[in-house]
Amino acid sequence: MAERVFMKGCEAIAEAAVRAGCRFFAGYPITPQNEIPEYMARRQPEVGGVFVQGESEVASVNMLYGAAAAGARAMSSSSSCGISLYSEGISYCASARLPVVVVNVQRGGPGIGAIQPAQQDYFQATKASGNGGFKMIVLAPATVQECVDMVYESFELAARDNNPVLVLTDGVIGTMMEPVVLPPMKSDEELAALKESFKVTGRACIGHPVGQRATCFPGSVGTGQEIANKEAEKMYATWDKDVRVEEYLVDDAEIIFAAYGISARISKAVVKQLRAEGIKAGMIRPITVSPFPYDTFANLDFTKVKGILDVEMSIPAQMRFDVDHAVQGRCPIQECRRSGGQLLTNDQVLEAARALIKEVL
Amino acid sequence: MERNIMMAGFGGQGVMTMGKLLAEATCEATDLKVSFFPSYGAAMRGGTANCFVVISDDEIGAPVCYNLEDLIVMNGPSLHAFIKNVKPGGNLFINSTIVTDPIERDDVTVISAPVTQMAIDLKNEKALNVIMLGVYVGYTEAVPEEVIIKGIEHKFEAKPKLIAPNVDAFMKGVEIGKAQRK
Amino acid sequence: MDKVYKRTLGIQEGVVSGFCPGCMHGTAHKLVGEVVEELGKLDKLVRVEGVGCCGLGQAYVSHDTIIAAHGRACAVATGVKRCSPDSLVYTYQGDGDLASIGLDETVSAANRGENFTVIFINNGIYGMTGGQMAPTTLIGMKATTAPFGRKAEEHGYPMHVCEVLAQLKAPQFLVRTTVDTPQNVIKTRKYIKQAFQNQIDGKGFSLVEIVTTCPTNWGFTPKDSITFLRENMLAEFPVGVYRDKDAGIE
Repeated sequence: MAERVFMKGCEAIAEAAVRAGCRFFAGYPITPQNEIPEYMARRQPEVGGVFVQGESEVASVNMLYGAAAAGARAMSSSSSCGISLYSEGISYCASARLPVVVVNVQRGGPGIGAIQPAQQDYFQATKASGNGGFKMIVLAPATVQECVDMVYESFELAARDNNPVLVLTDGVIGTMMEPVVLPPMKSDEELAALKESFKVTGRACIGHPVGQRATCFPGSVGTGQEIANKEAEKMYATWDKDVRVEEYLVDDAEIIFAAYGISARISKAVVKQLRAEGIKAGMIRPITVSPFPYDTFANLDFTKVKGILDVEMSIPAQMRFDVDHAVQGRCPIQECRRSGGQLLTNDQVLEAARALIKEVL
Repeated sequence: MERNIMMAGFGGQGVMTMGKLLAEATCEATDLKVSFFPSYGAAMRGGTANCFVVISDDEIGAPVCYNLEDLIVMNGPSLHAFIKNVKPGGNLFINSTIVTDPIERDDVTVISAPVTQMAIDLKNEKALNVIMLGVYVGYTEAVPEEVIIKGIEHKFEAKPKLIAPNVDAFMKGVEIGKAQRK
Repeated sequence: MDKVYKRTLGIQEGVVSGFCPGCMHGTAHKLVGEVVEELGKLDKLVRVEGVGCCGLGQAYVSHDTIIAAHGRACAVATGVKRCSPDSLVYTYQGDGDLASIGLDETVSAANRGENFTVIFINNGIYGMTGGQMAPTTLIGMKATTAPFGRKAEEHGYPMHVCEVLAQLKAPQFLVRTTVDTPQNVIKTRKYIKQAFQNQIDGKGFSLVEIVTTCPTNWGFTPKDSITFLRENMLAEFPVGVYRDKDAGIE
């Protein structure tokens, strides 16, 4: 077994990005993700990369756009209200088909929101991270190890699709420390090859001889935009294979918890507690919240499943609408929620589960 | 088996360092799951610093738990704020130099050590957290002593002069912890 | 017979610019192309283009082009130049883009001394969107969003970009010029060349502000708009070198 190191979520995210070949990071201070830019400020110079503290979130995400247009593996991170200011740049990257990675370490909302953890940005992340109806793969880690693995992988997904990828985590996972096993560092040769492969597509705007011009036009004029949108749609249709979901003790379950990220790890602990009491509980955890595992919910055996408890650190609940969409009223769905930086506890989830059980079992 | 530990005190008492030392040592020396979560938010009031360490042989759910196996209180306000969170049969570690109020529960085991005074006596006033960690490890044997000592050596790598006094402080705590073991 | 003048390779052959008659964008584009061609760097040239009439240049120039979101050209150029230091990067922005929505990005990039070149076209009005008030619109000048003319007490005064940036320590070169006469075109050409040479030499942020006309939205003929430019625009925006560290102008 590779060596375990004890790392804070945010720092693990930053190190994983560096190992994946991230050589440009721009960001603006906002709690609770400051350890990511702070780590990058130290780390990027060590690997010959670039760190820029942008004058704003708006500037940072547009620096990211420029870096990606120049062919660099680029990442930025922010939190909730900061991510709102990223919408412009993310939309531009989606439109120009640039591979960038963005991390949202969620805090409260709406507005400035509590600086404490929340899961208040589900709709923003999965439905409309900017204007124009583009989509992104959105990965939702539940542990620090998953932060590492998913950030590392997100660079490959972004490069595969030439599309932004969002890692949606929260202030608990960003702030907590856990043991992680880090992935291997991509070698300079590998990175040079990656940069070259982007250049070969003729897309890297770094200067070309006259007649071999590269351009980065988000939203081409005339019919170009519609053609581009149809191309993007084709790409989205390939994402069925990318749907990832954890199904925990679902087979014989009568009560199903639906939760992602931090809420899922708490729900899982409660499932175990209920199982110990002989209650047939299970959990479905979307790992990709976009594309959402609709089929996993839709294909449940509703002769067995008596109720679903949607657990989110969001008021109103947001992921619940995707669960509803899949379940189509075939069993009752109740919610267990906290908001505004208030953390969910095992006891609270357990209490909500007991209320559901009392009603449906 | 899951062990939920909360450490609470004033800012400046080294509460976070105490938690991190324990969690890092567990990561390094065992195959157990472990998490560390610094006080953040609702529980943080009036300059109070606290953190949560969870050690388990199974996946860890919430890194913040209010059903504690162990509570370490370094000051009076923390005692009153968090004593209700200790499970019946759980352990309460108190810094008896400044936590002098009566303990209003009889279903928890109280392990007390005057760590503030001990640190002053050792002329190492900042070491109260290391002493308390010693008391905790000595009493619970949550992790082997050597692992924490390694952690202290690592922490003070840049200031090697501080290693010996802190290891000494830690061992003083371990003695007290062991002595109170039943 | 020898050919003594030809189209710069920096501009695509056979493409009509799309700029209005009497507009000076064409001259500015030509000068950029000629200067960089002279420097032998056309194959390294990356244009980061603002939004507005500047955006018409994308179909017109022959070199690598990135379209930035409105106002963000200096941030985008920061990303490009930092990741590809060998590229010769310039932003091409109008007054609304650079001095209103993008003022933060402009000032911050200048303050960091980012090593790229800014070509700033100041015609005192929003062109493409149809004659709205710009940060550089003159007092008394009518705009579709200031139908009674710009009033200082309501709209403030015209924004002086070179003077504002000259308060910063980092910028290498800040100059305001115009292209109303052949002499001024030659002068502007010299400034643009210096601004790119500064970048090649790693000297940092260089900005060339070109005060230009907008006959269409000013509501003048091209000829009258030149008169207006000389009598009014240049009175508010005096040409000159506001910063040239090499020449000791601080």
